[in-house]
Amino acid sequence: MRAPSATAQLRGVDLHFSRGKRSVLNGATLGFGTGEIVALLGANGAGKSTLFRLLLGFLTASSGEVRLDGLQLSSFSRREIAKRVAYVPQGHVTPFPYTVREVVTLGRLPETGLLRAPRAEDREIVESVIARLGMERLIDRPYTEISGGERQLTLIARALAQGARLLVMDEPATGLDYGYQLRLMRHLSDLTADGHGVLVSTHHPEHAMQLATRIAILNEGRIEADGAPQAVVTAERISRLYGVEVAVFDDPFGARRLAPIAGRNGRAEG
Amino acid sequence: MRLALLPFLLLAVVVLALSVGRYPLAPGDIFAYLGAVLGLVELSPERFDLLHNLIVEIRLPRVLAAGLIGAALSASGASFQAVFRNPLVSPGILGVLGGAGFGAALGILLSGDFLTIQLSAFAMGLVAVGVGVIVANLFGAASMVTLVLGGMISGALFTSALSLVKYAADPYDQLPAIVYWMMGSLGAVDLKQLRGAALPILAGVGALAAAGRALDALSMGDDEARSLGVPVHATRYGVIIAATLVSSLSVSLAGMIGWVGLVVPHVARLAIGPTNSRLLPASALLGATFLIAADCVARNITRAEIPIGVVTELLGIPAFILVLGRARRAWA
Repeated sequence: MRAPSATAQLRGVDLHFSRGKRSVLNGATLGFGTGEIVALLGANGAGKSTLFRLLLGFLTASSGEVRLDGLQLSSFSRREIAKRVAYVPQGHVTPFPYTVREVVTLGRLPETGLLRAPRAEDREIVESVIARLGMERLIDRPYTEISGGERQLTLIARALAQGARLLVMDEPATGLDYGYQLRLMRHLSDLTADGHGVLVSTHHPEHAMQLATRIAILNEGRIEADGAPQAVVTAERISRLYGVEVAVFDDPFGARRLAPIAGRNGRAEG
Repeated sequence: MRLALLPFLLLAVVVLALSVGRYPLAPGDIFAYLGAVLGLVELSPERFDLLHNLIVEIRLPRVLAAGLIGAALSASGASFQAVFRNPLVSPGILGVLGGAGFGAALGILLSGDFLTIQLSAFAMGLVAVGVGVIVANLFGAASMVTLVLGGMISGALFTSALSLVKYAADPYDQLPAIVYWMMGSLGAVDLKQLRGAALPILAGVGALAAAGRALDALSMGDDEARSLGVPVHATRYGVIIAATLVSSLSVSLAGMIGWVGLVVPHVARLAIGPTNSRLLPASALLGATFLIAADCVARNITRAEIPIGVVTELLGIPAFILVLGRARRAWA
């Protein structure tokens, strides 16, 4: 049995700060739904995090529409949003030594509410998502003492415990070693296969191409391209977006690759 | 250690505190008196009156006051630490102590009546936190950094106002009273004042404990708490109000009693972990236990009573050094 699809969408969204003097988004349109991984590319400061904050309901758009499962986001309570969309921040450090189990159990908050203690079924869900990500040996370790990759997995486990089918991930691969990057990508494609949808921001066009079913490019407050990875990632566009010259080619295994063009990228630009 | 052990520890310290004093009693006397009250044990009327006088009239108010104040300071310290995501925060972070100190001094200057001093300390503690929060909002959205800065500014303002009051006070009469009040003492608390303060303190500590799960989410970060469905601003301000209420009440009862709100939550966290729905009740119980024990020391170590604030400082500083040694690993 397949559950009906879930979607989150921004339509023509503007966002201005400081009484309209500074504009971050100008008519941005982007959506994602279950069964896909959408990678969001953009230079530093392009507004990727702001766009996420709009989708999660942390910010209100100056104009335009934000919709969740086709309905206005503003018609949902914070708790109802949390049951539908989970947020996975970068693996950070907390000031208090919560165990991995305690951090993942926080994911049950939207379901239990703030006053009810987790029940047996909540504990089962927590243990099953931890097992699914292969983290059983970490379950009672303090979150403050595990590695950056393990922390990122813990936050993904918390998002899964939340039961939301849409996941918004803020640069999850940043700071992970090669092994964790590959494991992360495998977990994400497993998630889409079982009915989750993922929107992920990344600094690496190559990660985006390996990972995503769709790539969107955020530039000057608008989504300037949104489509199949092969169509969106071109040498001209990546060079313009990041201000460095790159070549795009297909490797012998059929994957699309990027390479900087030697001698063309001065230090001042890098 | 288990949370369930802490009430027994508290009970043991209560029995101890009711026993020791200038006229020492055996713990058996306490139970004999309890039994007589319940009609289970026969005591001679003279013996019963003596025990009643010692236990209920003299010692119980102090024990209850120490317990309530210890619980209030520790629970508010633990919740401020969670709200500000900083294990080094104490209940004074938003200026409540500076405000209450000024309020008490003002009360001493204007009337000297104990109830006036208490009300003035309580009210000024709340006003100081209010000023801190308003200053924080002047800087823009009240984030944690602006709140801490607002609290520093408000605390400094009320501390300088306190200096002014001290300067204006009569140096032979009012000034020593202000200085003594600042050291903290349970000597002037009676059952009537306790009846007024007990219910709001217990309600405030209960409200803080009920916010435990929201505080766990909040200590991960504002955005994460929001993404887990937690109303971040309502939780933060609700906790600040409850914690300010109970710490302000405790300062108004007994003056400045330092270190309890900082050290006890640390010890509790080492004993039972950081989960706030368990940590807050544990901090309250442990804080009550600690302050009752500290009051036993304050009453009995010398012929004259020494201020309890001095005892908690002398005990709190080495305890904090030990705790830092054990907790260092988690912060490195």
